[in-house]
Amino acid sequence: MKIVVCVNHVPDSETKIKLSPDGKSIDRTGVNFIINPYDEFAVEEALRLKEKHGGDVTSVSLGGDPHKETLRKSLAMGADKAVLLKDDAPRDTFSVARALADYAKELQADIILFGKQSIDSDDAAVGPMVAEMLGIPSVTVVVKLEIKDGAVLAEREIEGGHEHVETRLPVVVTAQKGLNDPRYPSLKGIMAAKSKPIEERKPSPAANKVEVVAMHKPAAKAAGKIVGTDATAVPELLRLLHEEAKVL
Amino acid sequence: MKILAFAEQRENKFRKTAFEVVTAAKKLAESSGAEVVCVVLGDRVKSIAPSLGVYGAGRIIVVEDPKLSQYSTTAYAAIVAEVAKKEGADVVLFPATALGKDLAPRVAVKLDAGLAADCTALRWENSELLATRPIFAGKIMTDVRISSKYKVFTLRPNVFTAVAGSGGVATVEGYTPQIGDGEYGTRVREIAQSSGKIDVAEADIIVSGGRGLKGPEHFKLIEELAAVLGAAVGASRAVVDAGWRPHDEQVGQTGKTVSPTLYIAVGISGAIQHLAGMSSSKYIVAINKDKDAPIFQVADYGIVGDAFEILPALTQEARKLLGK
Ligand SMILES: Cc1cc2nc3c(=O)[nH]c(=O)nc-3n(C[C@H](O)[C@H](O)[C@H](O)COP(=O)(O)OP(=O)(O)OC[C@H]3O[C@@H](n4cnc5c(N)ncnc54)[C@H](O)[C@@H]3O)c2cc1C
Ligand SMILES: Nc1ncnc2c1ncn2[C@@H]1O[C@H](COP(=O)(O)O)[C@@H](O)[C@H]1O
Repeated sequence: MKIVVCVNHVPDSETKIKLSPDGKSIDRTGVNFIINPYDEFAVEEALRLKEKHGGDVTSVSLGGDPHKETLRKSLAMGADKAVLLKDDAPRDTFSVARALADYAKELQADIILFGKQSIDSDDAAVGPMVAEMLGIPSVTVVVKLEIKDGAVLAEREIEGGHEHVETRLPVVVTAQKGLNDPRYPSLKGIMAAKSKPIEERKPSPAANKVEVVAMHKPAAKAAGKIVGTDATAVPELLRLLHEEAKVL
Repeated sequence: MKILAFAEQRENKFRKTAFEVVTAAKKLAESSGAEVVCVVLGDRVKSIAPSLGVYGAGRIIVVEDPKLSQYSTTAYAAIVAEVAKKEGADVVLFPATALGKDLAPRVAVKLDAGLAADCTALRWENSELLATRPIFAGKIMTDVRISSKYKVFTLRPNVFTAVAGSGGVATVEGYTPQIGDGEYGTRVREIAQSSGKIDVAEADIIVSGGRGLKGPEHFKLIEELAAVLGAAVGASRAVVDAGWRPHDEQVGQTGKTVSPTLYIAVGISGAIQHLAGMSSSKYIVAINKDKDAPIFQVADYGIVGDAFEILPALTQEARKLLGK
């Protein structure tokens, strides 16, 4: 089975985000970057598919040199090969998806795994976009995956339940927390990853269709009201919710 | 100028987000003279379609097929894109629900369109449509503009309020798309419903508990308050990871993003990853015994005190207030 996993390199969720002077991007200085947390589930699933069905796992990232760190992490976990589609420009989901789809097509992937969403741009779009560009099915927000004789059975999270989706390979799957428990790279894996080469490629960029006009911090919330320090404050709290906020 | 609004239904009932999306389309239309067209997909959904009229739908296009009784990513994408093209819609709006988020990116590709996902505001500026969307889990807001001919947006649930107007009468028309059976290759075989629970992603009120509850057995106190308020039960990751509560209740960065009208956080410290999932709630109440807990920085109202003392009192008083 030809398995491809797409990994993004994102600021860690604890990081304080500052804006650049242009007001259209974030200031990357001093920011700690990590593999996108959902993409760890995708890498883990890729490795398990390989262990079960044979084949090989290629991890791919589109971005600048720093993305190599995330690719190394995927190698340390066990990916066979890592490819950087080297590109330093800010890209929208369509543009990223186009480059990833072109590469996956060349590899003739049977399954392409993604995270549910990048925790920086919060788009949750690149996976299904790649599928559409390749004309293959996609199942998003997946918490359980079974593949047998080309048939795919995936369980995805929806409001108030789970959908059991049936489709066939080749397929795009986006991973949600709960799909698996990502392994920690072993020391041996980490050492091996250091010596594995990361192939660099020049993607042919597609123009952005979404343009950032401005970024700003959300309006700061006015200080809330501390209604009291014990159960005697309860009637006043309910009065405020009922009469002032009008939410009860 | 034409705006196409995708009205989501499940089991032949419109979701609340359907009305939100149609209302948002209507608002955009009012300030630009655009026409609002809705599209509804399903099996025998014609009879429910007219109810979109009061929210501002001028025309409603209904695509009916027994095969559409369950969601199919590929078939839905093909049909909605076909309708958008046939209508020459400039703007296509979806809800940012599980279905909408799954569908919109595929439709965008079919239309060669840019996609702005999970928007919390839409407005015209110099006859251009600007969308505001939270990024970095709400730590930053970004205003974006789409340059492609077709423009696709998904709208965060519970943020755009549905407004029923005195409303004109909508015309309902059927449409038979040109798609092949192959498009139904991906389909939902069954839906496993969480037993009668209100989902946090859809709830108007959420009562969430964290590690301050000390153990799974004490979530009874949260459930009782939730029952009185007609609320969903939510949880922090700490208690989900500890196995006290199921993952589908988790609110936050690796859980669900919610924006209810009222969010009550009990024994939750308010870590940045938790705030990421709930800070766009309209009203936030915090109950925590540590006055310095970060949750108080986003709370509208707070009680600094012991949850075990406050929760039973709150449940009892709320019962009185609501006459239950
Ligand atoms: C990548 C990543 C993703 C994450 N995603 C999420 C996520 O999606 N959702 C999420 O919630 N977290 C998430 N977290 C975890 C987050 O950082 C916190 O660890 C977690 O939210 C803490 O949960 P808590 O508030 O229940 O527990 P704690 O932080 O332990 O807080 C317990 C609170 O209860 C209060 N308390 C104790 N006793 C009482 C009492 N008797 N009465 C009243 N108050 C009391 C304490 O003062 C304290 O403030 C994530 C972390 C990472 C690194
Ligand atoms: N630059 C990128 N390189 C590789 N994969 C990416 C990139 N951006 C997004 N992805 C993948 O697409 C998923 C969804 O991302 P997004 O649509 O940006 O929220 C991520 O979890 C990754 O698997």
